[in-house]
Amino acid sequence: MTARIQNVSRRNFLKTGAGLTLAVVLPVADAASASNAGGPGIAGAATAGSADFAPNAFVRIGTDNTVTVIAKHLEMGQGTYTGLATLVAEELDADWAQVVVEGSPADAGRYNNLFWGTAQGTGGSTAIANSFEQLRQAGATARAMLVHAAAERWKVPASEIGVKAGVVTHAKSGRNARFGELAEAAASQPLPQQVALKDPKDFTLIGLHAPRKDSVTKTTGRAQFTQDVKLPGMLVAVVAHPPRFGATVRSVDDKAARAVTGVAAVVRIPSGVAVLAPDYWTAKKGRDALKVEWDESAAYRGSTEQILADYHKLAATPGAVARRDGDAGDALGKAAKVFEAEFVFPYLAHAAMEPLNCVMHLDADGCEVWNGEQFQTVDQQTVAGILGLKPEQVKLNMLFAGGSFGRRANPQSDYLVETAHIVKAIGGRTPVKLVWSREDDMRAGYYRPLYLHRLRAALDAQGKPLAWTQRIVGQSIMLGSAFEAKMVKDGVDATSVEGAANLPYAIPNLQVELHTTNAQVKVPVQWWRSVGSTHTGFATEVFIDELAAAAGADPVAYRLELLAAHPRHAGVLKLAADKAGWGKPLAPAKAGRRGRGVAVHESFHTFVAQVVDVTVAPDGSFNVDRVVCAVDCGIAVNPDVIRAQMEGGIGFGLAAALSGAITLKDGVVEQSNFHDYQVLRIDQMPKVDVHIVPSAAKPTGVGEPGVPPIAPALANALYAATGKRIRTLPIGEQLKA
Amino acid sequence: MTRFTLNGKTVSTELPGDTPLLWVLRDGLEMTGTKFGCGMALCGACTVHVDGKSVRSCSTPLSEVAGTRITTIEGVAADRVGAAVQAAWQKLDVVQCGYCQSGQIMSATALLASNPEPTDADIDAALRGNLCRCATYVRIRAAIHEAARALASRSAA
Repeated sequence: MTARIQNVSRRNFLKTGAGLTLAVVLPVADAASASNAGGPGIAGAATAGSADFAPNAFVRIGTDNTVTVIAKHLEMGQGTYTGLATLVAEELDADWAQVVVEGSPADAGRYNNLFWGTAQGTGGSTAIANSFEQLRQAGATARAMLVHAAAERWKVPASEIGVKAGVVTHAKSGRNARFGELAEAAASQPLPQQVALKDPKDFTLIGLHAPRKDSVTKTTGRAQFTQDVKLPGMLVAVVAHPPRFGATVRSVDDKAARAVTGVAAVVRIPSGVAVLAPDYWTAKKGRDALKVEWDESAAYRGSTEQILADYHKLAATPGAVARRDGDAGDALGKAAKVFEAEFVFPYLAHAAMEPLNCVMHLDADGCEVWNGEQFQTVDQQTVAGILGLKPEQVKLNMLFAGGSFGRRANPQSDYLVETAHIVKAIGGRTPVKLVWSREDDMRAGYYRPLYLHRLRAALDAQGKPLAWTQRIVGQSIMLGSAFEAKMVKDGVDATSVEGAANLPYAIPNLQVELHTTNAQVKVPVQWWRSVGSTHTGFATEVFIDELAAAAGADPVAYRLELLAAHPRHAGVLKLAADKAGWGKPLAPAKAGRRGRGVAVHESFHTFVAQVVDVTVAPDGSFNVDRVVCAVDCGIAVNPDVIRAQMEGGIGFGLAAALSGAITLKDGVVEQSNFHDYQVLRIDQMPKVDVHIVPSAAKPTGVGEPGVPPIAPALANALYAATGKRIRTLPIGEQLKA
Repeated sequence: MTRFTLNGKTVSTELPGDTPLLWVLRDGLEMTGTKFGCGMALCGACTVHVDGKSVRSCSTPLSEVAGTRITTIEGVAADRVGAAVQAAWQKLDVVQCGYCQSGQIMSATALLASNPEPTDADIDAALRGNLCRCATYVRIRAAIHEAARALASRSAA
């Protein structure tokens, strides 16, 4: 990444407006490194010699002294607007209070995710990691140009000028200027050939407290979500969707719908029938009045029970090998005792608080979209294809997303496609806002896949694992997505086995296998906050706990012995155990039993360990009392945002552990709203203590890695309290039986 | 035509009486701070105050609120409790995605108006109907305590 960014040969300095602002542009990749990343080097071509002010502006300084950071990543709650701004402000030596953030336009040439080649998008906990040097360079470059502008104005050497908290100072002569006063002069400075980045010991924002940039608008009702967009003449579309995946419209009787006062149009689209009206309530009344006959000849009619029974059979047969160390089959065959366990994970809906929606307007020049936009490059191409446009004619406005958890980066751009078809069906005569009801959102598919894991292990004479096999059965997320070529190799989707195929424990005979079931199961699936680790983290961390118990060993000590080659796993495990008072007895409960459990897991190159304390009442109900969490994510760019992501990740994972499940019966999704798909409530939220491992390593992501350890740590705590192993999620009423 | 008081001002709307208050606010009066989350009074994102009481606007028909005084997130700062709650939310950086937070703040304000010194258990009971998928609950609790302290110290002063 460094080499890419330090190539400054094509940096352009560009004026915006009437020379009143300074923009710094940094090619995200030179041609050579872009092709190394697997792309055609679009970034280099787009920026070379360009005299426009388009490419790669990450920072803009106005004469009003405002520093605007342009964020290329979606703010969906994970704090990325704050984190990205921290990087720029740090090297710019801006005053945090003068910094504002705006979302970037869609332009893969300038705003690509450096970890995704030439594609723009947000996901995989990559926002800060891929931007860390890019945005610091942007800030440092802007700073250098301000300094040179001051040096020229004051006729002093640039080396004598300092910058602190948004003020440029020449101490010897006692002169100073705010950024805004220098913005116009800085705009005519040449781009520096090289800028030095700060030594981490000189950081004044990174690693310290920089308050969120979105707190004020989000606490006053002013923050703009897609749901809040209203354009002149806009119609709201509510769609009747088929009850089963793969069904289509056979016939529509829309007389009653059209008779609803205010209904402006009813149109058939590939995914159903859309009713349009000036407001949601009227459109919904119209939708509810439709009589649709569905063609279900190609519909998927599977049931959870049948899928599980099929997976169970598959788990008894060898799958595609994802990892093979030693000869696990032979070792298990010779073992006197084999431990076996089967783990079951349901489909899970993302269920973000903002139901999916999208605003689209077609005009003579192209199409403009307002969306909690997470997957720019894929969405642009897909929407353009439907509307007969070039991708660059699809202008995307990235608004705040009211949560996503992966859902708004849909591999098929599903809800954008639906909006595009509606806009097309009405000939683009008005802007359209597609609004899904909660029920539409919950039943639309694109779930975390249902998985079954079968694990077997044998111990050596000292009680350490001698052999371990893990067979995973489920649908692949990456097949059919833009990432298929990169992520699916030899029949193994890397995201189906991540967290299992890279098991860190020292086990001489280890085999991980995968059965991919996309050919027979037609439920649309998708990445869900922490992806493969949502299930592999549970199966591996509960099973290792079982082995520790079988060996009569302490769960923390047992893991640590097997993690000698993995110091960062060991580091967070020790820290969490220490802060939780591991080994000290829990205070007894007034009624019921108490237990403490632990889990450690790496995802997205971030290491997290959690220790859970529970109280189980005599009736089998239980309370999660406290979670102690340790995280190692390299340099902690914004510690408070990291703590928030651990707290939130724990709550999100806990919801799935306690009650999350989407089930199918004869192809119909049985859940519809928050009464039958329970998400976490405040009275279920434990106390959470987060501890961050000090580190000089490059930062890695925190949006997802807080999720995986909570469910296994909880299951292990419940085992400690009750002696009962939880191997099927959600836990539900299992302890009450 | 239906009239009511919204954040201190009289407003009127021609929307049918069966229209939920949520959509009257959002689509009719363009007050979009109040959010749509479930449509069935299951998530609390649409919480507003009607004559000082928390109600779920998604399940409250317009006909029921004729002549009432309604406060939404856009007007809650006019009340000292509401202002203290917003300030505490900002001080502790409670928000993540932010979508549910209007409803959380309205429920928290109603709680503090009736119970100036709530315990964690009081908070859990009062806000268990306000879902936050980002699970900002640890900070919601802390912010309510923070607002309670700020209000108490101002009253004492």
